[in-house]
Amino acid sequence: METTPDIRLLLAILAPLIGAGLVMAARKRPNVREACSLLAATVMFGITASLIPDIRAGKQLAFTVFQLLPGLSVTLRADALSMIFAVSASFLWIVTIFYSAGYMRGLNEHAQTRFNTCFALALFGAIGCAFSDNLFTLYLFYEIVSITTYPLVAHHQDEEGYEGGRKYLVYLTTTAKGLILPAMVLIYVLTGSLDFAHNARSGILPPGLHHGIVTALYVCCILGFAKNGIMPLHHWLPGAMVAPTPVSALLHAVAVVKVGVFSTVRVMLYVFGVDTMSALNLGLPTAYFVSITILVASAVALSKDDLKARLAYSTVSQLSYIILGVALLTPAGIEGGLIHIANHAFSKITLFFCAGAIYVATHKKKISEMGGLGRAMPFTFGAFAIASLSMIGAPPVAGFVSKWYLLLGALDAGSIGILVVLLASTVLNAAYFAPVVYHAFFGKPPEADAHHHHREAHPAMVIPLSITAVISVLIGIYPDFFMRFVKAVLQ
Amino acid sequence: MTFPSHHPDFPILSVLIFSPLVAAAIAVFIRSEGLLRWWTLASTIVIALVSLPLWCWFDATTAKFQFVEHAAWIPSLKISYTLGIDGISLLLVLMTTLIMPLCVLCSWRYITKRVKEFMICLLVMETAMVGVFCALDFILFFVFWEAMLIPMALLIGVWGGPRKIYAAIKFFIYTMAGSILLLVAIIALYLKVGSFDIRAMMGHPYAAEFQCWVFLAFFISFAIKVPMFPFHTWLPAAHVEAPTAGSVLLASILLKMGTYGFLRFSLPITPHATHVFTPYILWLSVIAIIYGGLTALAQSDLKKLVAYSSVSHMGFATFGIFALNVNGIEGATMVMINHGVTTGALFIAVGIIYERLHTRDLGETAGMGKFMPVFAGFLGIFCLSSLAFPGTNSFIGEFLVLAGGFKVSKLMAICTVPGVVIAAAYMLRMLQKVAYGHVNNPDHSQLADLNLREIVTLAPLLVFVFWIGLHPQPFIHVMHASVQHLLEQANGPLANAAVALR
Repeated sequence: METTPDIRLLLAILAPLIGAGLVMAARKRPNVREACSLLAATVMFGITASLIPDIRAGKQLAFTVFQLLPGLSVTLRADALSMIFAVSASFLWIVTIFYSAGYMRGLNEHAQTRFNTCFALALFGAIGCAFSDNLFTLYLFYEIVSITTYPLVAHHQDEEGYEGGRKYLVYLTTTAKGLILPAMVLIYVLTGSLDFAHNARSGILPPGLHHGIVTALYVCCILGFAKNGIMPLHHWLPGAMVAPTPVSALLHAVAVVKVGVFSTVRVMLYVFGVDTMSALNLGLPTAYFVSITILVASAVALSKDDLKARLAYSTVSQLSYIILGVALLTPAGIEGGLIHIANHAFSKITLFFCAGAIYVATHKKKISEMGGLGRAMPFTFGAFAIASLSMIGAPPVAGFVSKWYLLLGALDAGSIGILVVLLASTVLNAAYFAPVVYHAFFGKPPEADAHHHHREAHPAMVIPLSITAVISVLIGIYPDFFMRFVKAVLQ
Repeated sequence: MTFPSHHPDFPILSVLIFSPLVAAAIAVFIRSEGLLRWWTLASTIVIALVSLPLWCWFDATTAKFQFVEHAAWIPSLKISYTLGIDGISLLLVLMTTLIMPLCVLCSWRYITKRVKEFMICLLVMETAMVGVFCALDFILFFVFWEAMLIPMALLIGVWGGPRKIYAAIKFFIYTMAGSILLLVAIIALYLKVGSFDIRAMMGHPYAAEFQCWVFLAFFISFAIKVPMFPFHTWLPAAHVEAPTAGSVLLASILLKMGTYGFLRFSLPITPHATHVFTPYILWLSVIAIIYGGLTALAQSDLKKLVAYSSVSHMGFATFGIFALNVNGIEGATMVMINHGVTTGALFIAVGIIYERLHTRDLGETAGMGKFMPVFAGFLGIFCLSSLAFPGTNSFIGEFLVLAGGFKVSKLMAICTVPGVVIAAAYMLRMLQKVAYGHVNNPDHSQLADLNLREIVTLAPLLVFVFWIGLHPQPFIHVMHASVQHLLEQANGPLANAAVALR
């Protein structure tokens, strides 16, 4: 495949970094500060969008920023896989900036400059991961995301915040340092290079390696990118729910968990490769392993009355769809997994936006207290309903496309077990999302609400969540935009 | 930067070694404290500038000692004045000369009594430290090695904290014990070789048993200096009581002399014994990495925390050295340089905290970052560097050491990994508390952020954090030939007998 050097990749990751600096410089003037964020986000999205035609034309773009040692460099690459993540992340950042301005000002939160700076830095890490050309670069940006999102998670700086933040860092840095770092060093020792392969088939490991070592490396990589939320290393995610809602939205839809799954998938396909994974029979065991996460997390979500906690466990479950799809190692399975990166991003961010809007408008967190709210907040709950359908996998919303391909993939792989898992999880998804929507539109308001008249939150919040809901439908009806990238990954 | 080419007769190493001494002699006659500070600063900066041509003139393609100077000293005993540096000592000499001005700067307000004596001590230290890294005659080496002890003990004992005498004596006794063994080994080698020239001692076919004894004497002496577990107990005491500049010198330069000793003497002079003892030393290093990290995790005194983290980091250095391959030794040398940069910076940062709050307790310093954002930024980057965050200097050292370790023994390399994880834990714990912790400590709102002097002190180290972190090639290139040559000596025919035995 043709690889062309292109400086736009560097510019794309510099945009949020410089944006973070500008945000800090404009600390005294909130409007200028938000404008800086917006400018950075727009520039980043613009540059990312400008790469689309080249990638569509089958090119691979690369840019070496630093050469540390032979085979060890900070190099950026844009290919079809990175575009799926980069386009959704950079677009959703723009939407989130509007939303978070509304949310943070609506609640009069403290330290908004620090918040916005770290937000931009987290996006710097995320887009860096998307554009990584080797394991070292991926690891570098992965760690940047961990560090820069800590102040966001512990934003409230109270006991609960510190506890959530501590758990967050302990889980994420321990796994990265304890599993990814040794795996990376060993791969470097074995191959002399950490550069990703140029296709998803061959991987970079030389043939003839001891199967035990390859399997150990594989396990380290699957568990080491703990941002992917695979059980039992998922506890940081519900713990991080103490963060302000825009952070949760960003965490769950864009920067953090998607970095985790993206990294996992990148390593599965471009370090190990489909051929090695098939040869060592690593695919189906992985699929069954993450199936546990899919089912257990859904069951836990069912038991949560706190809306954000329910969404958190839903995320844990949905992330594993992506890994499951890729682990099936069939074209349809991989396609279903990869397109779910984008589909889940748009739908899940909508759900979190809704949760935040409900909180700002009514200060309610518990689902049981939201009876009848749908009539007072029709746009918010309408968007929630649409995104829920996507999570369940109902047509014509985005999630349907993912589930369709995943089911096809499971059939191709001839695995009835996985098929059952997918169907069971769909039932569970419906079981924990449908009551929320039903209760909101048709339920009775609680006694205490009799004297309150709730209204929609500020338009700065309602408009973004409506946009993401509409997009969730659009990419369900016209999946072609992301599907073309997904198909290109397998070519 | 282009320098006029090196004139072979210009004794640049002697100039570097003795100009601090001359500066100290002049300082004796300066009365004003302010002028003394400026004089010391100016002279250390000039010396640092004079050392830069070494970098430009150094020929990295050869493993030969360069800038060699030779003069007879005590001909009857075959003791000579021989100096020279290779790629490994070049980096250490440069680090010494570049750290010195920062030591003066960080003592600017910290030292208020006996300023003259303090500055003289610093300058004498510089002479001895540069001398240690340049000496190619064993007696000359030993003279510089011992000469370093007294000013360092004075730095701790006169300008130190409440338990300064205890710390100074402990430091002195430990190091002295090591020195005596070193002297015994030197004399034993002299009796075999008939010369004190270090180069003549390398490659001499000593008997296996003799090598083992010499190696053990070297080992104890250098292991105390590093310090390796279980010889490390003097270090926390010395660090806690020493003034900031003392801690910086101790961490950045003095500890490196132990690892430098392994590289310069143990490996090439006693290659057979090196192979015999390697497994034990590797395991000791693993213990040091884990033990130092766990102990650091339990500290609430900032200086103790950084001191124990040094034990852990230096464990990586010894681990890399005794991996006995290119990755390991280059990584170990990088760890030595990186530790000098990062831990030096961390001690300066702790000194800055102490000057403001007169405490080093983690709980009482918590939350100061809110009022000192610039300081918090510096501290954050140095903490990340210390935990080997990718893209910073320490990462490249640890990466190479781990790569070298994996080539020797996967089991041992995996055993060091918890140390890396713990490093993240104690550094992030400290950073979290100081920069981001509970904001209900009452008196922090009056704290002034860094002034220009403090920024100037920390900024050069920050440059090195990212320079080495993102572009380490020049540093590795400059030592590559020397490391190759060292490995040929250590793994050469003289070591084969031992390899066959294992």
